[in-house]
Amino acid sequence: MRKKEPIDNPSVGVVSTEYFTFAGPAEPFELLCGRTIGPVTIAYETYGALNAEKSNAILIAHALSGNAHAAGYHSHEDRYPGWWDEYIGPGKAFDTDRYFVICSNVIGGCDGSTGPSSIDPATGKPYGLSFPMVTIRDMVNAQWHLVRHLGIDSLLAVAGGSMGGMQALKWSILYPGMVRSVIAIATSASVSAQAIAFNEVGRQAIFKDPAWNKGDYYGMQAPDSGLSLARMIGHITYMSETLMHEKFGRRLQESAVSDFDFNREFLVETYLHHQGFKFVNRFDANSYIYITKAIDFFDLAKDHGGMISAFEKVSSNFLVVSFTSDWLYPSTQVKEIVKALRVNGKNVVYTDIETDKGHDAFLVKNRALEKNIANFLKSHADNNT
Amino acid sequence: MSTAEDLGYDLIIGEIPAGARVLDLGCGSGLLLQRLKNEKNVTGYGVELSEQSVSQCLERGVYCYQGDIDEGLSDYKDNSFDYVILSQTLQSTKRPDFVIHEVLRIGKNTIISFPNFAYYVTRVQLLCRGTMPKNRLLPYEWYETPNIHLITVKDFRVFCERRRYPVKKEMHFSVTDSGGIVVVRTLANIRAQYGFFVLDGEGVTGDSPRA
Repeated sequence: MRKKEPIDNPSVGVVSTEYFTFAGPAEPFELLCGRTIGPVTIAYETYGALNAEKSNAILIAHALSGNAHAAGYHSHEDRYPGWWDEYIGPGKAFDTDRYFVICSNVIGGCDGSTGPSSIDPATGKPYGLSFPMVTIRDMVNAQWHLVRHLGIDSLLAVAGGSMGGMQALKWSILYPGMVRSVIAIATSASVSAQAIAFNEVGRQAIFKDPAWNKGDYYGMQAPDSGLSLARMIGHITYMSETLMHEKFGRRLQESAVSDFDFNREFLVETYLHHQGFKFVNRFDANSYIYITKAIDFFDLAKDHGGMISAFEKVSSNFLVVSFTSDWLYPSTQVKEIVKALRVNGKNVVYTDIETDKGHDAFLVKNRALEKNIANFLKSHADNNT
Repeated sequence: MSTAEDLGYDLIIGEIPAGARVLDLGCGSGLLLQRLKNEKNVTGYGVELSEQSVSQCLERGVYCYQGDIDEGLSDYKDNSFDYVILSQTLQSTKRPDFVIHEVLRIGKNTIISFPNFAYYVTRVQLLCRGTMPKNRLLPYEWYETPNIHLITVKDFRVFCERRRYPVKKEMHFSVTDSGGIVVVRTLANIRAQYGFFVLDGEGVTGDSPRA
């Protein structure tokens, strides 16, 4: 596949990931679980320029399998852009001609930020399962260190979909004075039992892979079959039934073998295998376990004495978006966030975007979402409150 | 000049004091709330059913919730708003009595405006033609109209009396051919195209009698 021409897809161009390390021995990073780690490295990328008033900074928070590389290309030969390139760039929803956009890899991740695959300075070996449990709050606190390191006192917006939306919500609660607006997409104040169930099946797939070896597999055969199975299960939940039907139907993968043969695959099977295969090359199984657990444990009502009181002190303005065909983070759950904000008299826009793309709708081109984000940001950037 | 959308907006804006906290149920593209924000510096919120309307509200910098207008009203505490507006919306709700009670409960004041079904042109059309009236006020065929609870000025007065909802002001109006607004002071039930009521909701609390 040829890289799209800049004319029909304006891009931030070639970018590189940067690293910020904090929490030295004198002041290690304290996690919600009570344990401390240090040093902590955060991988991040920035696009656009910070204005003189430092008032145009937007923090993008990624979902389960994302990373710091949200937009642009890592080299001229790079075939694929960053994960949210559709929405970040010159003239796009997060317009890099106007805003300074920051995206970092979460703590616990495996794309440059400190996580279970990082070396534990105490042992000289990868942390593996000795890495402390991380929560959404810990991810946000680590991002706070990065934002401060970049010299930013106040963010124009914190935005994200799915787990990224959880971080955005948490930002508004933990640092009310720092977050002027929040864009929370296809997210929830706590996931459903169904979502936990799917995450658990994914984790079990990894645990049951003999190569997993209780998380101690670095430098050896990684639990690829477990991780790819987890990813396949995940992908089923990210798509709607309609999308699957339209994309694959009951069509079979072209092959020369006989009609009835276990080797003969439906297109949907080929797709899932491909997704699983692709994933193991770029993701760490232990990170998958830690991050899905962080999602499962995320519970704003429980952590803040109820949904209403969770948002009582927030001062951000909110854009909350759900997708009609998202059954992993259904509109009814998304509306719970909006309800709590409304009761507290907060400024909130809520829209339920009609799409058959399921939970992952925010990752693909969606005209309504682009427009809504752009307009929401514009009115808050202009107000400059 | 009034367009199809901004029917009586000037009257509404005239009623609302500067800096008020306003909820506009069925806010359309957010034009009224935008004007209220610009002209009266209000803190405004809208509710609209369609995704497209919410997008238009965002374009205008108006906060809007996508949903049925009665959805989530129960979330609000008593007297949460200085004014709740139901402009050309009430006649399309499924349970107008429930909606009215709720808006009176959550608003200190409520402005309700609706096409007056007893307007003489409408009466004549029904009387002479024997078909459902279709005119500038009621531009729909019977099978496609969103107006499922048509009301007259008199109906609404009687309703407020029975429910003991205090009416603060009546300012029924008609729209002239050039788009101007004429407030109809006498014989409004037959002469006014639109009913316009301001109700005092401060004393209305608790559950709707039939909810």
